[in-house]
Amino acid sequence: MALATVDQATGDRPAPRRRTGFAGQLQAGSGLGLGIAVLWFSLLVLLPLAAVVVTASEGGWSAFWAAVTTEQTAAAIRLTVGTAAVVTAVNAVVGPAIAWVLVRDEFRGKRLLELLIDIPFALPTVVAGLVLLSLYGVDSPVAIEVANTRGAVVLAYLFVTLPFVVRTVQPVLEELDPEVEEAAASLGASRVTTFRRIVLPALIPAIAAGGALSFARGVSEYGSLVLLSGNLPFRTEVTSVRILSSIENDNLPAAAAIATVLLAISLAVIVILDVIQRRAVRRG
Amino acid sequence: MRRTLRALAVLMPLTMVAAACGGDDDGAAPGGAGGEISIVGFAVPEAANKAIAEEFVQTPEGEGVTFRTSYGASGDQSRAVVSGLEADYVHFSVTSDVTRLVDEGLVAEDWDDGPNKGVVSSSIVVFAVRSGNPKGIETWDDLIQPGVEIVTPNPASSGAARWNALAAWGQVVASGGTEEEANDYLDAFFANVVALPGSGRDATTAFLSGTGDVLMAYENEAILAHQNGEEFDYIVPDTTVLIENPGAVLVDADPVADDWLAFVLSEAGQRQFALKGFRPIIDGVEFGEVDGANDPADPFPVVANLLTVAEDFESWEALSAKFFDESDGIVTKAIAASGKA
Repeated sequence: MALATVDQATGDRPAPRRRTGFAGQLQAGSGLGLGIAVLWFSLLVLLPLAAVVVTASEGGWSAFWAAVTTEQTAAAIRLTVGTAAVVTAVNAVVGPAIAWVLVRDEFRGKRLLELLIDIPFALPTVVAGLVLLSLYGVDSPVAIEVANTRGAVVLAYLFVTLPFVVRTVQPVLEELDPEVEEAAASLGASRVTTFRRIVLPALIPAIAAGGALSFARGVSEYGSLVLLSGNLPFRTEVTSVRILSSIENDNLPAAAAIATVLLAISLAVIVILDVIQRRAVRRG
Repeated sequence: MRRTLRALAVLMPLTMVAAACGGDDDGAAPGGAGGEISIVGFAVPEAANKAIAEEFVQTPEGEGVTFRTSYGASGDQSRAVVSGLEADYVHFSVTSDVTRLVDEGLVAEDWDDGPNKGVVSSSIVVFAVRSGNPKGIETWDDLIQPGVEIVTPNPASSGAARWNALAAWGQVVASGGTEEEANDYLDAFFANVVALPGSGRDATTAFLSGTGDVLMAYENEAILAHQNGEEFDYIVPDTTVLIENPGAVLVDADPVADDWLAFVLSEAGQRQFALKGFRPIIDGVEFGEVDGANDPADPFPVVANLLTVAEDFESWEALSAKFFDESDGIVTKAIAASGKA
């Protein structure tokens, strides 16, 4: 079923409108490009997602609803989504600040910091989990013990989502001409006004885009917190653990149902942030 | 189409398996075309299987045989075989992971008809405690005292962890308690649990890095960890559960896999298991001393009251439904209740 839909989507590619001369050749080329893009996207993203949704629907609506509203699962979804939202909000503030430091300030070790920012992204998440466990676990050398508490979930999410907003805001800041800010200042704008009216509007699309990535990544995180969070039901158990539990019980429809809910939430957040981004662009 | 969808739906665990598929060709090939055996197993017996493979290639049947191995979480490995991971011989933690293959026609219906009833390795549930046992934990009742922090892998997501939960419940009934009292014990037990890591290995890592006072462990894992230089003590309780890990040869396996299974079950094979801390499944295996055991000369002390699945829990299928059903299993409910306390 899913296959058929997608095949159709690829097949119904709009035909080139103009067939003459140089423009026609370009059309054929870009048509091929679009075809490859759609096929690639279908194989990697649409088909697996469709499979998850189809599997989720296998048990019917009541089974779907029962799977995602089980007390323990609902608590896990609330924890996962709530923590991802908090962490994304933190990133929306801290990310641009770090980007600002990296772009506007000159200091020793800047290059090193620049490299280190990407480490949470590059590190296998299980390794990240081990690092966090040894640093913030029991007998923490820095006296911050978050093992088996919700703090562990927040910490792990903060760790893995750190680079997203920094990396989306950084290039925008680099392109932003300081002279514009100087002009605003010379026209009498205070630093706050300059930031609010000149800098922030330019950054908001990037912050929103990075925030969307950060949220989606947080919702899906498992590896880095599995050692540190303790998977305690109603307290530190994230949704991924519920999905794995259903899989272990050979209850694929339930696992897929929970996955579908996460998918829908992530999609909704991405859409909301996209709307914010567009509004900002329009107003700017 | 259904198959494709199902295969896609297990993509996530598969990628984990791919990551776990490390070393190929564990056995040396001293010449001759002896065939190749693909072993797919749960993580625990990896070291033992490797030692057995080294012995096997010395025998006439095993001469020239090479091995491909893949180890990971038992359930994930079993589902991977269903989704097409090549296997000649499987070695899992719990029977349901083999019956999943029987249902798919990958393993013969009569796989557990032999004298060993499909079991290839066995161990028992023990308590791992901090060196010197500062909290003085000796019995199951000690575990539910206030202030005792327990680490156990999560029985919901780890099949291997189910043995631990089963032991906690079963020991109450075996000591003359009612099922009601056993349920109460389980509630008290999970109320003391401070971490439910996803797998046995994760639980061991969490325990060794300082979480909790006691880790629910397998005797063989405790012995193997000692052999690897880890420092902790382990306590063999008076009442515990006999862990029986099933193994089977697949229907369309290389014929040499049958010789391999016979060797695994033989005295020579069980000796290697014993040396890595597993309790031999046959009598009269000579293994000398076992490093890492509490008493290397008597590594496997007799347990006064040893529960088995067949005698105390009917069958793995029956106990799966009774204890681990997703909505009303006894263990499932005890875990959920612990979070709301």
